[in-house]
Amino acid sequence: MRSFRRGLQLLCALLALSAAPWAAAASDAVEDKLANGLRVIVKPDRRAPVAVMLLLYKVGSVDEVTGVTGVAHVLEHMMFKGTASVPAGEYSRLIAAAGGRDNAFTSNDLTGYFAALQKSELELALRLEADRMANLTLSPEEFAKEIKVVMEERRLRTDDRPRSLVYEQLMAAALTAHPYRNPIIGWMNDLENMRVEDAREFYRHWYAPDNATLIVVGDVDPAQVVALAGKHFGGIPSRSLPVRKPQEEPPQLGAKRVTVKAPAELPYVMMVFRAPALRDAERDTEPYALEMLAAVLDGSQAARLNRTLVRKERIASAADAGYDGIARGSGFFYLSATPTPGKSAAEVEAGLRREMAKIIEHGVTQEELERAKAQAVAQHVYERDSMLAQARQIASLEAAGISHRTVDLQLRKLREVTAEQVRDVARKYFRDDALTIATLDPQPLAGVKRKPPPPGLKHVQ
Amino acid sequence: MFNRLIALALPAMLAVAASPASAILPIQHWQTANGARVYFVENHGLPMLDLSVDFPAGAGYDRPAKAGAASMTQRLLRAGADKMSEDDVEQRIADVGAQLGGRFDNDRAGLSLRTLSSARERQQALDVFARVLRAPAFPRAVLEREKVRLIGSLKEADIKPDTIVARTFYRLAYGDHPYALRDTGEVETVQTLAREDLVQFHRRHYVARYAVVAIIGDVTRAEAEAIAEQVTRGLPKGGAEEPVLPPVKGLAAGTARTIPHHAAQAHIIIGAPGISRTDPDYIALFVGNFVLGGGGFVSRIMEEVRSKRGLAYSAGSYFYPLQREGPFVISMQTRRDQATQALEVAQATLAEFVKTGPTEEELAAAKRNIVNGFPLRIDSNRKIHEYLALIGFYRLPLTYLDDFVKNVERVTTADIRDAFQRRIRPDRMVTVVVGGEPAKAADAGAR
Repeated sequence: MRSFRRGLQLLCALLALSAAPWAAAASDAVEDKLANGLRVIVKPDRRAPVAVMLLLYKVGSVDEVTGVTGVAHVLEHMMFKGTASVPAGEYSRLIAAAGGRDNAFTSNDLTGYFAALQKSELELALRLEADRMANLTLSPEEFAKEIKVVMEERRLRTDDRPRSLVYEQLMAAALTAHPYRNPIIGWMNDLENMRVEDAREFYRHWYAPDNATLIVVGDVDPAQVVALAGKHFGGIPSRSLPVRKPQEEPPQLGAKRVTVKAPAELPYVMMVFRAPALRDAERDTEPYALEMLAAVLDGSQAARLNRTLVRKERIASAADAGYDGIARGSGFFYLSATPTPGKSAAEVEAGLRREMAKIIEHGVTQEELERAKAQAVAQHVYERDSMLAQARQIASLEAAGISHRTVDLQLRKLREVTAEQVRDVARKYFRDDALTIATLDPQPLAGVKRKPPPPGLKHVQ
Repeated sequence: MFNRLIALALPAMLAVAASPASAILPIQHWQTANGARVYFVENHGLPMLDLSVDFPAGAGYDRPAKAGAASMTQRLLRAGADKMSEDDVEQRIADVGAQLGGRFDNDRAGLSLRTLSSARERQQALDVFARVLRAPAFPRAVLEREKVRLIGSLKEADIKPDTIVARTFYRLAYGDHPYALRDTGEVETVQTLAREDLVQFHRRHYVARYAVVAIIGDVTRAEAEAIAEQVTRGLPKGGAEEPVLPPVKGLAAGTARTIPHHAAQAHIIIGAPGISRTDPDYIALFVGNFVLGGGGFVSRIMEEVRSKRGLAYSAGSYFYPLQREGPFVISMQTRRDQATQALEVAQATLAEFVKTGPTEEELAAAKRNIVNGFPLRIDSNRKIHEYLALIGFYRLPLTYLDDFVKNVERVTTADIRDAFQRRIRPDRMVTVVVGGEPAKAADAGAR
């Protein structure tokens, strides 16, 4: 509980997705819908007397407009700042007193609020969640304090982290029109100029039962959960939601390159290609092939980037690849690497390009593909060990418009991918004209020596 | 990577579970033929298996001149063993979808494995695991490569305020105790590491009779017994004397350091050596700390620093109990020109808490959270596995979780106040501020 993820999932989350991000638990969940449009998904898991509730709003940073970037996330923070009947901070106190843990997160596509409790306390979480869906106070005083917290969060996670800046600049350069170009936490100047009215407006537009999905995983009776949902959420009227504009990105007309100068020791290179996201779990083939492509490159320590760039050629200290294919907007394929001390950003970039070229020319081996599939199969089981992970998986699928019921189908489709399909998607999407690349150009630290002082010997007083 | 404060906060939290009845967590315990201690929970809920083998081989067993030997030993276990090359190891593990990981902290080091429980997958993964643990090759070429990688990441970390604040704190709080050593070693010491250092460290510390085997998952008792034998057979026999850690000296006086840094945020730590894993004050201090800064959004530090004043995104405190006295730490980050204010708020909050302790209401709320939240602490194989490894390594009673909840329920506000007053001296804290507005922060550091 020392780390507070009442915040965003940024770069790391994206990059961590190398192994089958949507290969989920067995799809034995129950689904229902209230008259006001609230969807309810219940997935029984009786391994412990616990229930995890996750309320998903299908609204994220992608729904923000110019000048108020970051408001989706700021509103997420404000959701803990009180309603007409539950004063600021009381939400967390009530959940804590019930032995529960709560938090929330904002992504490009969605905002999620969750609480994990012993199963007998589930109703408390539902009652509080329903209350703040309809009755949030959004007081100017609380806003004035919380916006400062969010700016601290931006300093901590982005401004003082060169690689986060690289990712931020990479996406801002890769996209021209689509709002995925903006950071989830928002640009600092937008945060500085944000008013409580901005959060209020966002709340009024998007926090409605017909824009939400209640997900419960745990030792519960689905019918009872649906009844409880009706009791607490049933009275909240549905709302006509604003029209969502597609804001499609125009075709990229050539490679783009960005340099980020920031205090650091080692350079860092990050590349992104636009790629399709999963839309139709049954008919699509490319997203599955892209997932296998990512796994062949970086699904394990045995995968190509580690084996070649890190262990054999020793050009890179670290090399990563990942495909993010569960999204309301475009999907993306990422590659990144840190050069070994003494090697340059250009060398490591060339190394990544060589690995891509090898697959384009020669494809992947059957052995590699089988290995990637074995990992997807195992991951499918391992993910069921955490109830929260299961709930979050359902949330990210549903927010992207993919039914949680397709998780087994998705695993099946992954296992059907052929080596030719992997080579084909590499050929199609690893195109230089579709590439954006950002490089960290390390700068010496201003005003201090590069090495911190030895113990107790030197300090400024 | 030296991310001690973040990485170490987690086990500190995990260590506090409580259990209404051991029937909920029926731990089976025995010893292998060569003396390794085994802790097993049979659980057929999912077709998978978690296994770990840990040794007293953490960074605390490093010598200053060779700091990093412990970490490098653990890191290179998987770099080839028993006629398998490094690539062989990685491919065999990956081919069956298994995950080979490990633990490395101040006290403990070892390997862990997650695998499907089906026969082919399990057998292949266990075979690699056992061979890697028993007969690591420590290839010279891989060692040289890993030294270069590590030194690069140490240099990268060395310019970051979170690293600087943690390193400085540990040095000032622990002096010449090995807990002061950076767990991965320093650039200068890593450079000196040779294959022979790792071979010796492995021989001395990865010893069968010190091993703690923790197993949970979809296997029977008989299978677990066979697995425990398989993964400990042939481990080094070790010397006559078990490695021990020296005692930690308490701080005679407070120390303050302010180190300039360009970062947008100042990083702040206030702390001191705290408690050992078997400390009699552990429960009182743990429950008290929940109120002070361990309880997240319902804690005083979070309330004062974040909720009331908007000074930080993350602010809190924790005890990290170890074999010897692990640290008590308050930490936060704030915009550089607010460092003085944030530090003063945290210091005042600590002083007030030590003086008067928690209120009855605060204690009742803390107990409700800890006791009612018990099921959450053992709701996955991964969490239970952590407890098995912890109970085993620190030789805690098998009823540890059951006892814990009873002791939490019993603790009083007077117990907590008393324990804090004896153990936490606000005037003897190590205070480190990295960054911030120089003149003001320097003043504050001396307070």
